[in-house]
Amino acid sequence: MHPALSVIFFTTSSGAGYGMLSVLGIYATLGYLSRSLWFSLTTMIIALGLITAGLLSSTLHLGHPERAWRAFSQWRTSWLSREGIMAVATYIPALLFGMVWIFLPASTAVLGVVMAVCALGTLYTTAMIYRSLKPIHHWHNQHVVPCYLVLGPMTGAVWLLVLSQLFAQPIPFLSPICLVLLAAGLTAKWLYWSFVDSTSGPSSPASATGLGKPESGVQVRSIEWPHTEANYVMKEMGFQVARKHAQRLRTIAIWAGFLIPGVMIETAILQPSTNPLIWCVPAALLMSVGIITERWLFFAEAKHTVMLYYGAQKA
Amino acid sequence: MTSLPTTTGKKLGLVIDLDTCVGCQACVTNCKEWNTSGHMAPLTDLNAYGAGADGVWFNRVHTYEVAGHEGCGASASRTMHFPRSCLHCEKPECVTVCPTGASYKRASDGIVLVNEDLCIGCKLCSWACPYGAREFDVFEGVMKKCTLCVDRIYNENLAEEDRVPACVLTCPTSARHFGDLGDPNSDVSKLVASRGGVDLMPEMGYQPVNKYLPPRSRKDTASSMPAPELKPADTANGLLGWVDRLLSR
Repeated sequence: MHPALSVIFFTTSSGAGYGMLSVLGIYATLGYLSRSLWFSLTTMIIALGLITAGLLSSTLHLGHPERAWRAFSQWRTSWLSREGIMAVATYIPALLFGMVWIFLPASTAVLGVVMAVCALGTLYTTAMIYRSLKPIHHWHNQHVVPCYLVLGPMTGAVWLLVLSQLFAQPIPFLSPICLVLLAAGLTAKWLYWSFVDSTSGPSSPASATGLGKPESGVQVRSIEWPHTEANYVMKEMGFQVARKHAQRLRTIAIWAGFLIPGVMIETAILQPSTNPLIWCVPAALLMSVGIITERWLFFAEAKHTVMLYYGAQKA
Repeated sequence: MTSLPTTTGKKLGLVIDLDTCVGCQACVTNCKEWNTSGHMAPLTDLNAYGAGADGVWFNRVHTYEVAGHEGCGASASRTMHFPRSCLHCEKPECVTVCPTGASYKRASDGIVLVNEDLCIGCKLCSWACPYGAREFDVFEGVMKKCTLCVDRIYNENLAEEDRVPACVLTCPTSARHFGDLGDPNSDVSKLVASRGGVDLMPEMGYQPVNKYLPPRSRKDTASSMPAPELKPADTANGLLGWVDRLLSR
């Protein structure tokens, strides 16, 4: 599938924002979140900024961005519509939470739960957009939702760790929780890659042309395309570039996205005398590069059944 | 609405005969000709006469070499031409994924259409179609697809025999048939029953309305039709005999 940069930026940026809101909400509910004007204000601006930038970016790939509001209407059947609604609805508890947390002495426990549930719900609806697409085996499987539900909070938690250290507002156990989330994220992605490497979709060129089931032994070889130049279907669904370097890019995603940031945060824990920002800022930046690479691969490696008509033997 | 109708009055669709299609592209051409000024007009072309030509087409004809199918007979393989267009599925997930309600399936006849005024051009429907039937118009910023010539089949300005999809009307080998596949007594339903018509990618669960007729099984050898044996001309009698005798002296 063609990796549209606007959608990659949306899922990684908004993913980190919603992930940060979910971690904040849970901490607030447990009563472990300290109050400090500049820390609270900056954290909320960054979380909502990541979300807003991502949402605006996601409208860039639309043919008619000015009609984007119509996307809220078909929540009965469309996961994209549900995602749009959840994404916008999360602003309500998030803004209320932010106001109470920053300015009022009242409890944020209830708003924290509501905000965390909405943020995780948004990540779930995003994942379901891909999970529900049957023609794309790399997406239509049980590993996609766990990946999105872990990677959002993981990236959000690591950036929250940086902010808490920057403002000297330590959040209890956040460093070890970042390590747990990085390990969970790597495990989820590892399981995903193992699955997509060892399986393929149920269709074949024979089933695509109606000549027999994939196991029928009927061979269908494409000898002439309907057109001499790439058409929309091939450009959108037949993306090739990344597959050539997929293994190398996966290695980059694994080391930059999970392993090295984990080691850096662990080093910061083990060396309490040094300023943790020396380790955690590069860890967060490297993680973001790794996760963008991971997301790019999520699109670029995905194969669509339509390519069976253009000579692909598996999809 | 992107909710699917529970039943449709009719199930209008196409039956495509892979045995007789010769891959002439006439259906492709007439489809473009009609539809570029029809319901989903225009079918934009970019760089039509230069390198990197691109454009919207509702119908694409592939050519394959098929082996291991009964249609090959004793030969190792055979050529098969394969027209590919919207199958107007009974469970079209291109419709249910649409966030705006632009895509819909008509309850009256089952035709799957796009309302271009509601389409935001998110392309998700084209991802949801296993068959690659939908093509995005980058110039107009909306998704386009086969309308089953909805503006022909009910068009009272056309002669009754012309009220069929442009691709069906133009096919020189009658490899394309149009009708109500929900009516078991319709000509197309009988054709599907007699020829063992099939669904494309039934494992996807989209339940296509359009059916394809696989290539018929070939006899192993051509039947024997020997010409009569050549015999020498009769030189015993007649003019030819006289000439023969004269020249033989």
